[in-house]
Amino acid sequence: MAKVVLDFEKPVIELEQKIEEMRKLSDNLDIADEITTLEKKVGQLRENIFLNLTRWQKVQLARHPERPYTLDYIAMMTTGFIELHGDRTFGDDKSIVGGFAKLDDQAVMVIGHQKGRDTKSNLYRNFGMPQPEGYRKALRLMHLAAKFKKPVITLLDTPGAYPGIEAEERGQAESIARNLREMSCLPVPIIVVVIGEGASGGALGIGVGDRILMLENTWYSVIAPESCSSILWRSWEYKEQAAEALRLTANDLLEQKIIDRIVSEPPGGAHRNPQQAAAVLKDILLEELRPLLKMKTDKLIEQRIEKFSAMGEWNE
Amino acid sequence: MAWFRRSKENISSDSQKKDTPEGLWTKCESCGEIVHKKVLAQNLWVCAKCNFHFRIGSKEYFSIVLDEGSFKEMDRKMTSKDPLNFVDTKRYKDRIKDTMKKSGLNDAVRCGTGKIKKREVVVACMDFAFVGGSMGSVVGEKISRAIDKAWKTKTPLIIISSSGGARMMEAAYSLMQMAKTSAKLARLSGAGIPYISVMTDPTSGGVTASFAMLGDFHIAEPGALIGFAGPRVIKQTIGKDLPAGFQRAEFVQERGFIDLIVDRKDMKETLSKLLEMIS
Repeated sequence: MAKVVLDFEKPVIELEQKIEEMRKLSDNLDIADEITTLEKKVGQLRENIFLNLTRWQKVQLARHPERPYTLDYIAMMTTGFIELHGDRTFGDDKSIVGGFAKLDDQAVMVIGHQKGRDTKSNLYRNFGMPQPEGYRKALRLMHLAAKFKKPVITLLDTPGAYPGIEAEERGQAESIARNLREMSCLPVPIIVVVIGEGASGGALGIGVGDRILMLENTWYSVIAPESCSSILWRSWEYKEQAAEALRLTANDLLEQKIIDRIVSEPPGGAHRNPQQAAAVLKDILLEELRPLLKMKTDKLIEQRIEKFSAMGEWNE
Repeated sequence: MAWFRRSKENISSDSQKKDTPEGLWTKCESCGEIVHKKVLAQNLWVCAKCNFHFRIGSKEYFSIVLDEGSFKEMDRKMTSKDPLNFVDTKRYKDRIKDTMKKSGLNDAVRCGTGKIKKREVVVACMDFAFVGGSMGSVVGEKISRAIDKAWKTKTPLIIISSSGGARMMEAAYSLMQMAKTSAKLARLSGAGIPYISVMTDPTSGGVTASFAMLGDFHIAEPGALIGFAGPRVIKQTIGKDLPAGFQRAEFVQERGFIDLIVDRKDMKETLSKLLEMIS
């Protein structure tokens, strides 16, 4: 049973608990009909709630502490994962993980932000906030993938690049900028998936690719709603309005032609059924990879540059 | 309620701040020196007493580094569309309209071709006065077209940055301008065309984390703030005071990210020499 329950999840989870209790009793009593009715009701209730989620509620879902993270997806979608460490220059950033793995028969390089589940692991992972060595490790692994002609899959889930003294000293901006440039001309296919939070340059730093996907309950924008609220409203209290104004959900970004596809999540969100979420994502990744693997390298790169060149809206 | 009342008039705090009326005179932010604006302009908007480099706009910068009358502007009419209908305490549409009126600019960057000591260059210069020099779709697109122009005409590119980062009011569109400009620079770099990035005060956020840090040469003005995260955010996160000179050009050069720190009065000469060396 879920340990962390968001406000809007409560009615559904309470009903589910009730059904669970009835099931336990049903050995002695004949209440199968009643259970079926209730189950239908749960389904409808969930659908109603999830169809009408506000953007801020989606942000909360994207941050749900029980959501599957990069290493969970790797474990559930791939086989034979060999994690590779370090940027060969400074250190090994634990908030970005990566390595070769098999997606069915296809060897791929998987790279993603990694959050922790509890205080200890969150400190170890720096809450999924990379420093320059994280982006440099990611780039090293992408160059490896290019060398051995394997496609790259990146999984985005970060509250942002780490804003610290050392991160600045080691060139946070330079490390992200370099990745943007190098990824835009990497000679192998890249598929990018936002699996949780896509916060600004910290997310985009491993987010340039041929296909950009977002899971249904995730967000991707130039700034987190709280920070946006604090800057534009000069108070932390306007995060709901900021989330609305930023139009940061998967649907919004599909409309803005910034992403290519939305990956649907199991009822109630990926955290309610991680196995199913991973299975759906795996099928879509294989499907998206097929045409990309057949493309000529020059055309692949040209198309990628053109893809990002087309983004934006202006008058002239 | 005050415990007692001052019988005479308050000591005015103004008397110490050396505030001056709008008009002919201005005050150096760094040393407090009062300077006549004409004198300041003659000195390329640099304080003669303490070498503080005042923030200036594209018009002033073009006059400093380009041969007189050589600048031909591109995409001058491009303006922001407010694609998200963004509203915070003010409508983005109104913010843009007001800023355009106040600054006489159409957005936060101006691009074109020009000459430096008779050598043809493609040049872009940001205007901090326009919504903090922030990069939205217009800035991203204009910079991208300038890069394309340099690429197609095999002309050296110079981008002079001055920006608080990506423009929040265009959300994800703004973010993607980082990828867009960087992708265009990948193509330029592949073609062996030089790109000089000039960083002035301030160069931060999404602008630093994209085209500003991707030059073949990185030149900064003295004392310019150059970084990714803002000092206030970092201070809040770590809960400690920041070291002296943190994120200033000299600090950033010491860490290995800036080739040269160049005084404004030497900027044109330096650019010219550099271009000559590699041509």
